[in-house]
Amino acid sequence: MAVLTEEQTMLRDMARDWAENESPVSAWRKVRDADEAMGFDAGTWATMAEMGWAGIIIPEAQGGSDFGWLSLGLVIEELGKTLTASPLAASAAAASAILLGGSEEQKAKWLPRIASGELVATLAVDEGPRHDPAGVAAKVESGKLSGTKAFVAEGDSAGLFVVAAVDGLYLVEAGAGVAVSRRHLADFRSHAEVAFNGAAADKLAGGGANENGGLLDAVLDRAAVLTAAEMLGMASAAFDTTLAYLKQRVQFGQVLATFQALQHRMANLYSEIELMRSAVEAGLAAIDGGGDTRQAASLAKGKANEVGHLMSRELIQLHGGIGMTDEYDAGFTLKRMRVLEQMWGNTAYHRDRFARLSGY
Amino acid sequence: MATLAEPATTSGIDQFRAEVREWLTANFPASLKGKDNALSAVEGPTEETPEQAAWRKAMGEKGWGVPTWPKEYGGGGLSRAEAKILAEEMARAGAWNPIGGMGVMMFGPTLLEYGNEDQKREHIPAIARGEVRWCQGYSEPNAGSDLANLQCFAEDRGDHYVVNGQKTWTSGGQWADKCFAIVRTDKTQKQGGITFLLIDMDSPGVEVKPIQMISGMSPFCETFFTDVKVPKANRVGEEGQGWTIGKRLLQHERTNLSGGGSRLMPSGPSLADVAKKYAGADAEGRVADPDLRARIAKWEMDWRAFLLTAMRVQAESKAVGGISEVSSILKTVGTKLGQERAELLIEIQGLQGLGWEGEGFSEAQLKGTRGWLFGKATTIYGGSTEIQNNVIAKRILGMLDHQ
Repeated sequence: MAVLTEEQTMLRDMARDWAENESPVSAWRKVRDADEAMGFDAGTWATMAEMGWAGIIIPEAQGGSDFGWLSLGLVIEELGKTLTASPLAASAAAASAILLGGSEEQKAKWLPRIASGELVATLAVDEGPRHDPAGVAAKVESGKLSGTKAFVAEGDSAGLFVVAAVDGLYLVEAGAGVAVSRRHLADFRSHAEVAFNGAAADKLAGGGANENGGLLDAVLDRAAVLTAAEMLGMASAAFDTTLAYLKQRVQFGQVLATFQALQHRMANLYSEIELMRSAVEAGLAAIDGGGDTRQAASLAKGKANEVGHLMSRELIQLHGGIGMTDEYDAGFTLKRMRVLEQMWGNTAYHRDRFARLSGY
Repeated sequence: MATLAEPATTSGIDQFRAEVREWLTANFPASLKGKDNALSAVEGPTEETPEQAAWRKAMGEKGWGVPTWPKEYGGGGLSRAEAKILAEEMARAGAWNPIGGMGVMMFGPTLLEYGNEDQKREHIPAIARGEVRWCQGYSEPNAGSDLANLQCFAEDRGDHYVVNGQKTWTSGGQWADKCFAIVRTDKTQKQGGITFLLIDMDSPGVEVKPIQMISGMSPFCETFFTDVKVPKANRVGEEGQGWTIGKRLLQHERTNLSGGGSRLMPSGPSLADVAKKYAGADAEGRVADPDLRARIAKWEMDWRAFLLTAMRVQAESKAVGGISEVSSILKTVGTKLGQERAELLIEIQGLQGLGWEGEGFSEAQLKGTRGWLFGKATTIYGGSTEIQNNVIAKRILGMLDHQ
């Protein structure tokens, strides 16, 4: 755990208490069973917004608290531990696009509504099943945007889309010219296909979509690091659950935790999760630092993908048969982890990007 | 070590920096700029040039080789802030610390904590001046990872002990003047029967045999003790307290081995540069072998995450004023990554990376081969990876033994 300020410690503890008591995994199970396209509980989201979480990275002038990215990451990590479903990360990533590239007018128009939680915003970048910002083909002509975005997170509830087009990022409101179709993935969260057919689009300042280090890159870095923070929470909770299980499950007349083969696997997982934590916290700190975030973000997401993948597999394996049942919670973690692994770049994507940024 | 002077004031610090600069200009021979420390290596004997000897003597008299040790025992008596300035100024001048070895890294700090006044006065100044080399008498043929099983026995003969038994993996034993050893004084109990003794290596009955390693070097020895007389004045702490003292010394060792990452910092060209040279680069300047490129990137990312973790441990320890639990993973992760890098480096170079000696190989290539082989020891010594994993599982995760 990074060294936190008093404010950050309070925020983290508050998020932890709330998630454990008010939003345990059983709450997600209810949402899952309801099987609605939106993929989260509106009341839960409203409560989160009331606590100010939707505005953590938004300046006070626009109704936020301006607590910074590490603070937001801490909250998202705690929510990840109990698999709390909400559009918090998607909305924050979209808000960051407006913060970084928006005019005063655009900021004043959208940020207060995002900060209050009344408006769900999201990024619409990829047009295929794999993360590929260089492959964006959506176009804007005479202020009208056309193109289809695949697997838009929280697309089913979003009122505002930050859309990547070939010449930059655009703000598009849900409504006329925007057709949303549900895409039902294994994690039961919202991943909609969104077709824009001549939708009114308002351009954000900043670089074009294919420009390295431009606005799109900066926004994608933020989305990737927030996703990594959620994965960190999931991995660390999966680890704790597994450890507790090994300490009570008896086989061959012995508690499983006493077997050295399992002890060494857990020691290895523990070490890997600590490295993952360092990478994620460094990613958040790099965003707060305000400089080039590319390499830190690729490190955070790349390491999170790798360790999250490993931990979610071991979660099932070390639980044995019980881990395979829907009645047990482990499957939720596995299914969500694979979705997050694909979002904003898989392991190979970030290794490649890290290498390119390092000059090889 | 409870030794630190009061933090210097800002003006005091500026004055101190000026003083250090002046002293370095006067005492550090320019011909030694950027050269290696001849004394730090356990890999070989030391043959000091007159300049090196003069430099060691100067630093030894100043106590600046062990800057934060107490002045009364020959240390520098500097505050941490002053020690930092000294390090900065030495780096600026291209100067290196000529005082090192196990006496500085492990034994000195332990003796400062547990030794009696006579012992500190006898041994610490000699370490601070770099005049006495110490070796570590810990491991035995049947007490490596299971160190508390040691059998080397010290029999009480009134004013002295008589030591019989064998130690092994004695790093630099053939060049050492003295040995800090843990020996058994009571066969009826395991940890409680262990005592910490200081043994002169030139005592009658001490025999040292270097062990040839796979790297071709012989930095480790077998050490045999046959009726070796050790005065009781050379016992540190009480009889039976050796395990506690010995473990503290191992903490110093582990800290040095992980070194917050700094000692493991890879030197030389980057893996990617070497890969571009041997495997070629594509039109976009990428390593042409995509599998190799991906594995280099994975290694670099893991290494970065490791360094970030080491920094985090430091920051956390500072904030809470204790050792962070994360510190125990640094050795396992750091040593594993060090070995992976060495493996990648030789793989990248093909057979050119496996040169043993002689013509057709650069010095760096030959060093790479030896380093790759010698590096295999890092996951074994100082508590093997398996032992570290036991520590993590049992002490941090609370996974216990069979009931």
